Amino acid sequence: MKGNEAIGEAAIRAGAKNFFAYPITPQTEVSEYLVRRMPDVGGVFLQMESEIAAANALFGAASTGERVFTTSSSPGISLMSEAISYITAANLPVVIVNVCRAGPGLGGILPGQADYNLMTRGLGHGDFKVVVFAPSSVQESVELMMLAFELADKYRNPVTLLSDGMIGQMMEPVDFDNVKQPNPPDKSSWSTTGAKGRKPHLIRTLFLDPVDGERANRERAAKYAVIEANERRWETFNLDKPRKVALCAFGSIARVCNTAIDLLQKEGIEVGLFRPITLWPFPYPEMKKLAETTDMFLAVEMSNGQMVDDIRFAVEGKKPVHFYGRQGGQVPAPEEVVAEVKKLLGK
Amino acid sequence: MADLIFQRTPAMTDKITHYCPGCTHGVIHRLVGEVLDELGLRERTVGVAPVGCSVLSYNYFNVDFLEAAHGRAPAFATGLKRVRPDLIVFTYQGDGDLASIGGNEILHAANRGEKFTTIFVNNAIYGMTGGQMAPTTLPGQVTTTSPFGRKVEDVGWPIRESELLSTLRTPAYIARTTVHDSQGIIETKKAIKQAFEYQRDNICFSLVEVLSTCPTNWGMSPRASCEWVASDMVPYYKPGTYKTPETTK
Amino acid sequence: MPRVNIEPNRCKGCELCVRACPQQIIRMSREINVKGYFYAEVFDQPRCIGCTLCGLTCPDLAITIGVNAVAYRFFDSPITTGGAS
Repeated sequence: MKGNEAIGEAAIRAGAKNFFAYPITPQTEVSEYLVRRMPDVGGVFLQMESEIAAANALFGAASTGERVFTTSSSPGISLMSEAISYITAANLPVVIVNVCRAGPGLGGILPGQADYNLMTRGLGHGDFKVVVFAPSSVQESVELMMLAFELADKYRNPVTLLSDGMIGQMMEPVDFDNVKQPNPPDKSSWSTTGAKGRKPHLIRTLFLDPVDGERANRERAAKYAVIEANERRWETFNLDKPRKVALCAFGSIARVCNTAIDLLQKEGIEVGLFRPITLWPFPYPEMKKLAETTDMFLAVEMSNGQMVDDIRFAVEGKKPVHFYGRQGGQVPAPEEVVAEVKKLLGK
Repeated sequence: MADLIFQRTPAMTDKITHYCPGCTHGVIHRLVGEVLDELGLRERTVGVAPVGCSVLSYNYFNVDFLEAAHGRAPAFATGLKRVRPDLIVFTYQGDGDLASIGGNEILHAANRGEKFTTIFVNNAIYGMTGGQMAPTTLPGQVTTTSPFGRKVEDVGWPIRESELLSTLRTPAYIARTTVHDSQGIIETKKAIKQAFEYQRDNICFSLVEVLSTCPTNWGMSPRASCEWVASDMVPYYKPGTYKTPETTK
Repeated sequence: MPRVNIEPNRCKGCELCVRACPQQIIRMSREINVKGYFYAEVFDQPRCIGCTLCGLTCPDLAITIGVNAVAYRFFDSPITTGGAS
């Protein structure tokens, strides 16, 4: 299946039958797939007038307790920032997929990874975080998409996927059947479905009294501490022994690095890969531990260096951290990574 | 008293509102509450509050409520109504919320024919933020951001939302009324009731634009504000039914 | 005989009921309420015709209106007829 279409199908399999979106390259295929698929499953598909409207419709729809989601790409995600701040402040579960393209501004329609900071730190005003999953294959997109709904409901917080144009457009085999899905929790204690036989529910984000305001923020911070403790996900490759160099990459660039590692092995150079799967919560403890058995790190990203800051943060200055990146829609080839590693090793 | 012939309806809470003396938000809130009770809709209603003086409107209704971002209430309402068409959904918006930042959201919700009801409170000014010019401010009207009066050569003429939205092909119920005198209040209640009946019967989008007062920011007493609606607002914003679902071009 | 009850501590002194009353039997009190407003009061209750226009006009739910025996009913609605319409 095409990556974009698989994401849509995965949501439906997770019982998320409410999709509000706006077209934008390179993810419009999600809409084009779901407009035909949603009626089959009795779901809601609505193309809104803008990403602003789509994200705000998510707030209204999520308030009813149903699973809802949207997909967009970088410029559209910028437009959704306001609504994401409101949705998070209201403790509503939604899933949002960013099929990242080159930026900033209109940028380009080819893949990019320069929304790392946007997703992990800058997704709207105020003190909040969203879980950010970084799939590196179509199958992983499906699994993380279904997990996203589970975590969004569990923590009552938006959960996002940072995919990119390459994964969105590529076609790979997908298995939906072996992905386990627990039932959604009961949301009737807070959802707005009509105040029959109970006190009215109010979903709001305004706290004029600073005592209330601080309490709401502290509760959210406590929620994030639980997520940071329990939901970190990562993967390592060829790091079972101490290494001179550990590559760090996420998403499709991790696959480029995998090929680079194979090429280097043929030349007798052993290098490993650390692939964060959750960009937030970032696997800081795991990376800090890795610094004990690794001489240096090389972050490879399709940006001017965004995840590399988190790596520097994680290793706490114990080992040097280098960066190699391409921008504007350029995708690094494995040979470029090989050359960069060899340069660092003085070969 | 043996028989109460006028009292607070159950859809309204007994909280004393934060609105200024003579502000007609209180009247319009009550009319909405009375209609919801008379039509038996309260228990399946969800309201969407705006940003503006009426951001706290949810404190005055015994109804589930969402607090929307500025201008986005029609998008919230679209999400609610599409996912749960059995719910009665209404948005309550002022002129900044609906005609300025939310201009696109209301246009498209009306155009798609989303079957919720919008109560549009037009008082020709931005109330909560202290009396700035609104898209509905009248020519020559003095506000804090038009201290020499609104100059139409510079910022254009006020927007007439009822007329604007009536030009859409999609069936809808669109009416404009006033609450500056008893007759206006009675007409407003009739229009609001008609609007919710269209929603209850799953027919179309409905919007009631209510010409209202803002004594504090107009710098007038409540009684003088009512006179100003009659003398200055009504000639430009003519009350009437602009569109019904039966009369579609 | 209709009887209008204006709750002094809910009244914000806006005077809209004074304007609305066709019998002109409402005036503003010389006393202030707990918020410091001069509140509205009915000063000639026997002349009230039970039109409920004061109640309709009040933005603050400060007015309740009751009747003993016969009342003129100008508008049929559950609020005035005490039941479903």
